[in-house]
Amino acid sequence: MRALQIFSKELRDYFVSPIAYIVISVFLLVTGWFFFSPFFIFDQASLRDFFNLLPPVFSFIIPAMTMRLFSEEFNTGSYEILETLPVNGRDIVLGKFLAVAALVAALLVPTLSYAVSVSFLGDLDWGPVAGGYIGALFLGGAYGAIGLFASSLTKNQIVAFIIGAALCFALTLVNKMVFFFPASVASVLGFLGADAHFQNIARGVLDSRDLLYFVSIMFLGLYGTSAVLEARK
Amino acid sequence: MIHVESLTKCYGKLHAVNGISFDIRRGEVLGLLGPNGAGKTTTLRMLTGYLAPTSGTIRIGDLTPDRDLVGIKKKIGYLPESAPLYKDMLVHDYLLFAAGIREMEREARLSRMKELARLCGIDGIMHRTIGELSRGLKQRAGIASAMISDPEILILDEPTAGLDPNQVAEIRDIIRDAGREKTVILSTHILSEAEATCNRIMIIDRGRIVADDATIALTQAAGGRAVIHLELGKADPDAVAALLGTVEGVETVEHGEGGGQGLFRCRLLCRAVPGLRERIYGKIRETDWVLTEFHQETQTLETIFRELTREA
Repeated sequence: MRALQIFSKELRDYFVSPIAYIVISVFLLVTGWFFFSPFFIFDQASLRDFFNLLPPVFSFIIPAMTMRLFSEEFNTGSYEILETLPVNGRDIVLGKFLAVAALVAALLVPTLSYAVSVSFLGDLDWGPVAGGYIGALFLGGAYGAIGLFASSLTKNQIVAFIIGAALCFALTLVNKMVFFFPASVASVLGFLGADAHFQNIARGVLDSRDLLYFVSIMFLGLYGTSAVLEARK
Repeated sequence: MIHVESLTKCYGKLHAVNGISFDIRRGEVLGLLGPNGAGKTTTLRMLTGYLAPTSGTIRIGDLTPDRDLVGIKKKIGYLPESAPLYKDMLVHDYLLFAAGIREMEREARLSRMKELARLCGIDGIMHRTIGELSRGLKQRAGIASAMISDPEILILDEPTAGLDPNQVAEIRDIIRDAGREKTVILSTHILSEAEATCNRIMIIDRGRIVADDATIALTQAAGGRAVIHLELGKADPDAVAALLGTVEGVETVEHGEGGGQGLFRCRLLCRAVPGLRERIYGKIRETDWVLTEFHQETQTLETIFRELTREA
C-alpha cells in the first residue's frame, strides 16, 4: 500500500518535528482551562462541557495541523518529486489524511485523563463519554479533510490556515445562525451545522444520519483535494 | 523506448512547448539544451507525468500516460531542478521512503542503498539531515533517490546548475556511469555540459526543436571554423598580416585588443583544415618574432547554439 508509506512518512514528520507536541500542548492547555475552571461551579460529573468545546477548538487546531501538508510541498517543490513517484493522487491524499486522523487521535488520548479524574469525583456516565470520543474522531476527520483541501489550494501555509479555519468555523457556527434565515433555508442550514451533529453523537446517540454527515464532509473534502491536485496538471 | 509526437503545452495563450516530436532509443544520453524559458522543464515534466500535455502523445515503452500513468512513473527516475528533497529528513530515511513508495523488497532496499551510496559518493552523509547539505551533496542524494529502484529511464532537470566546478565534474561522472546502462535525459543551458555528458543533443527554443543530432555530428557541423589567438613580440602588424595571410586556411588577420609593451596581438579567422596550427607555427619560426601566446578558441557548439536561438 503506497498510501501507507505516505501515511507513515507524514506521521513521522509530525512527531520528529515539534509540530505534534506544540499542537497537543496548546490543545490540552486550552481545553483543560476552559473545561476545569467552571467545572466545580456546575458541580456535575460529566464531560459535556469538554465536548462542547471541541467544535470551535478543532476549527483552529486542525487547520493548523493540516496547513503544511500540501502548501509546504508546493512551496519547496518537493511535490514535484512526490507526484512523479509511482503513486496515484488518491494515495497521496489518503496517506496524508490518515496521518491527520492519527494526529487527532493522539490529541484526544491525553484527554482520557479528564474522564478518569471526573469519574473519581462523581458518578460518571460512560456512555456519552464513549459517544463523545467517537464523535470527536469523526469531527476531527471531517475538519481534517477540509483543512487538507484548503492546503491544496495554495502554496502559502498562512493562507491555507485561514481558508481552512474559516470553512471549519463556518460549519461550526452555521446552525447557531439559523434564526437569521427564513424557515425553509433554516432547516437546510441546520442540517449543515457540524456542531449539532456532533452534539447528537456526544449525547451517546449514534444516529446513522450524523455519522453519514461527517463521512460526507470527509468524502467531499478529500474528493475536492484530489480534484484540485488533478487540475494543477 | 520513448516516443513523443506533436507534444504541446499551453499556459493560457503562451505555448511553452509547441508541437515537438522525437524518439529516444534505449541507452541514449540525451541533452535537452536551450536558453532559459525555452520549454525544457515543461517537456521533462510532461514526460514524467507531472504535467498533462495540452495535446500530443507520449509513449514510453508500450505504455501511455492516460492508460497507465503509474506504470510509466515506475520506469522513470526523476530529479527536478535544484533537487527539492524533503529538508527535514535524513538522507538514509529519504532513500528508504523513496524505495518504499517504489515497492522494493526490504532486503533489496538496503543492498541497493549501499550500492548507490558508493556510486554517488554519499556514504559519509547518510545520517545527515538533507536541509544541512551543500548543494552538491544534495544533488547527489537526489540522483541516488531517483535511481533507487534502478529505473530504465533517468530524467534530470538542470543537474549541475549552481554547483562549483569540482561538484560539476563529480555529477558528470555519476551521470556518465548511469548512462552506460540507462536511458538518460538531462536538461541544461550550458553547452559544454551537454557536450561532455551526452551522446545526443536536442536544442529547443521557444517551445520548438531547432536541432536534434548526435553530439559528434553537431560539433563537426559547428567546428568548420577556427579562431586562433596570437601574441607576438618584436613584430610589425603589417608584416604579420602579410606573412600569416599566406598560410593555407587562414582567411583574415584581425588586430586584437591588448598587447602593449612591444607586444602585438591578433586573431586569425580560419577554416578548420588539418595541420593548420603546425603551419602557422612553422611560419612564425622562420622570423625573429617572439611568440608569447598561441591558442585556439574552442569554437564549437557555441556558434550553432547562438545562431539557432538568437531572438528573431
